[in-house]
Amino acid sequence: MGNEAFEPKLVGFLCNWCSYTGADLAGTARMTYAPNLRIIRVMCSGRVDPQFVLKAFKEGADGVLISGCHPGDCHYQEGNYKALRRHRLLSKMLEQLGIERERFRLEWVSAAEGAKFQQVCNEFSEQIKKLGPLGLNGGKNERNET
Amino acid sequence: MSKNKKIKLTINKKSIEVEEGITILQAAEQLDIKIPTLCYHPLLEPYAACRICMVEIKIGDTSELVTSCNTKVRKGMIVETDSERALKARKLNIEMIMARAPAAEKVQEIAKGLGIEKTRFEITDPEEKCILCGLCVRTCEQIVGANAISFSERGKERKVYTPFGEPSEACIGCTACAFFCPTEAITVEDTRGRKVIHEELNLGPSTAIRVPIRQAVPMVPFIDEDTCIHFKTGECKICERVCDREAVNHEMEDKEIEVEVGSVILASGFKPFDPRRIPAYGYGRFNNIITAMEFEKLVNASSPTDGKIFLANGEEPKSVGIIHCVGSRDENYNEYCSRVCCMYSLKFAHLIKEKTNADIYDFYIDMRCFGKGYEEFYHRLLEEGTRFIRGRVSEVTDIPLTEEETGKLIIRVEDTLIGIVRRIPVDMVILAVGLEPGMDQNEIARTFNISCSQDTFFLERHPKLAPVSTFSDGIFLAGSCQSPKDIPDTVAQAGAAASEALALADKGIFELEPITAEIDEELCSGCQICVGLCPFTAITYDKEKGISEINDALCKGCGTCVSACPCGASQQKHFRDAQIFAEIEGIFIE
Repeated sequence: MGNEAFEPKLVGFLCNWCSYTGADLAGTARMTYAPNLRIIRVMCSGRVDPQFVLKAFKEGADGVLISGCHPGDCHYQEGNYKALRRHRLLSKMLEQLGIERERFRLEWVSAAEGAKFQQVCNEFSEQIKKLGPLGLNGGKNERNET
Repeated sequence: MSKNKKIKLTINKKSIEVEEGITILQAAEQLDIKIPTLCYHPLLEPYAACRICMVEIKIGDTSELVTSCNTKVRKGMIVETDSERALKARKLNIEMIMARAPAAEKVQEIAKGLGIEKTRFEITDPEEKCILCGLCVRTCEQIVGANAISFSERGKERKVYTPFGEPSEACIGCTACAFFCPTEAITVEDTRGRKVIHEELNLGPSTAIRVPIRQAVPMVPFIDEDTCIHFKTGECKICERVCDREAVNHEMEDKEIEVEVGSVILASGFKPFDPRRIPAYGYGRFNNIITAMEFEKLVNASSPTDGKIFLANGEEPKSVGIIHCVGSRDENYNEYCSRVCCMYSLKFAHLIKEKTNADIYDFYIDMRCFGKGYEEFYHRLLEEGTRFIRGRVSEVTDIPLTEEETGKLIIRVEDTLIGIVRRIPVDMVILAVGLEPGMDQNEIARTFNISCSQDTFFLERHPKLAPVSTFSDGIFLAGSCQSPKDIPDTVAQAGAAASEALALADKGIFELEPITAEIDEELCSGCQICVGLCPFTAITYDKEKGISEINDALCKGCGTCVSACPCGASQQKHFRDAQIFAEIEGIFIE
């Protein structure tokens, strides 16, 4: 599907305290960045259930981002470490399912790093554009009743 | 001493009524009559070895010479402490002791008191000090309870010795024998090679029972279990015996006390950086290199030197170097600035200027005089003539290159303002050590469910809006456990923490997070995965019901347990699985 005008659909799970606030900062600072990321706020990156990621891919996401506080800075002490562990395991599983490792990304963005959020968005979007669409669920929004 | 019945006797024609069972020596003491002694010590059983305490007693028509230290008083006894017969015997005995231990000063002193200059007997060893009184042996046996030394050989060969003349394994190194020895015949040698950094400044504990510092509150001594003889051998307890108030209690133990409180203020403080970690600065290798804390103790008015600044050889320093940022602002040790060192270094420079004529060099990276009146103080020091050199000191060495440097400590530093490397010889170096988090910082953090920032100081809830609160409600921070702080800042923060704690108590109610997790009893299988994951120990396992339960007051609503629950029993309010799934679906609707 080498569509030149391919705009990937990216889902981001951002923690309330660092990354979501960081994204907010990028917005209030009027930084421009790739518009492909759709954000879902969770209280902590440790709240991200692997099922959410699988669900997002199933629904047609071309890439999924989990972003939390920097190690040691977690508002809930160690939620981000749990996210890190889950990310490692889930990446392996996704590879076995034929989903490239690059499509599932983990980043640390603090509340002060609006610029980093901008950079992560642009990079991730660029990377997925190169990889092309994932093609699950036809890349469309047709509901697959389970 | 038991409250026995009293008996009457006469000593030197003075009549006295004393308790039965005491010795003549003790009775004489009550009358302020002095009888010379060598082998006697009130804390030990009398042994009557030296026989210097001879007195004459008369009962009826008979008279006899006895040693007053171990002869008990009897009813109607007439004692003459300085009778001709007693003095004659005493003189003979001291002469014999003088021949045995001619080097013992105490013996010479007593002999002089009796009018004897020289002994008539043959001196075998002019260096000998031991009078074989056995006080050390009795000390080791009765007080210390170690039995490490004893008499060996007989007659002329008799001596105090350890078994087989080898370092005794039973010896606990308490040095009590040397302390009790009347003639300084026993000396203590430090074979462990400890180096006293500054002789005047022996900061180590001198006795096992002591007041920690002179400004201690409460001003009460404590017993150091590591050095106390009683805790090594179960004996001694001298302090207990001599304390009239019976205040000493060796049986007291550390107790765990449970107190129910509504909030806790953590003020666990800091520990100073150990400059031994920077070998190039020579702390512990050279004399006259001291830390800020040691200098503070030296210069304090109640110090061992009465606040005078001395070098190890007792002279006043002619030049002093103060090295800033030791262990701070250094990526090899601590990256942060310890905040207080610049100002206390300036204070030191000022004190040295005030008390000595020394040249003072301050080696700094940046002067951080941030507080009220601080900048003015810095300017005052500039006017006083303290020399400020900008640059981080690379090493302190004692290897001289020129005549001028001989016998001095040489500070090597790049003076970044003129761009050359300088060698500055000084007499004394003060290391302005930084502040580090306390030793059990992580343990405290775990106990109170709070977090530490990357430098392991406690993390506040918000650097600007909630600087004394933590992420655990009801736990507040004060002082340098949160970050390095000077006294005014600590006092301000402690006040804030106290009022925050009171505000919470005053409110009387506790606001719960609206987004806590909850466990569906029907779905929970009791696998306990969530119990181990919860960073706030909010989840407990109910054995009877076979399910896990969440404490609403402890749950902070991170949702870690929810994403780990294999049966979907744990759900976070407002962030339920179903809600997030719906959100994901919603994203893809175009």
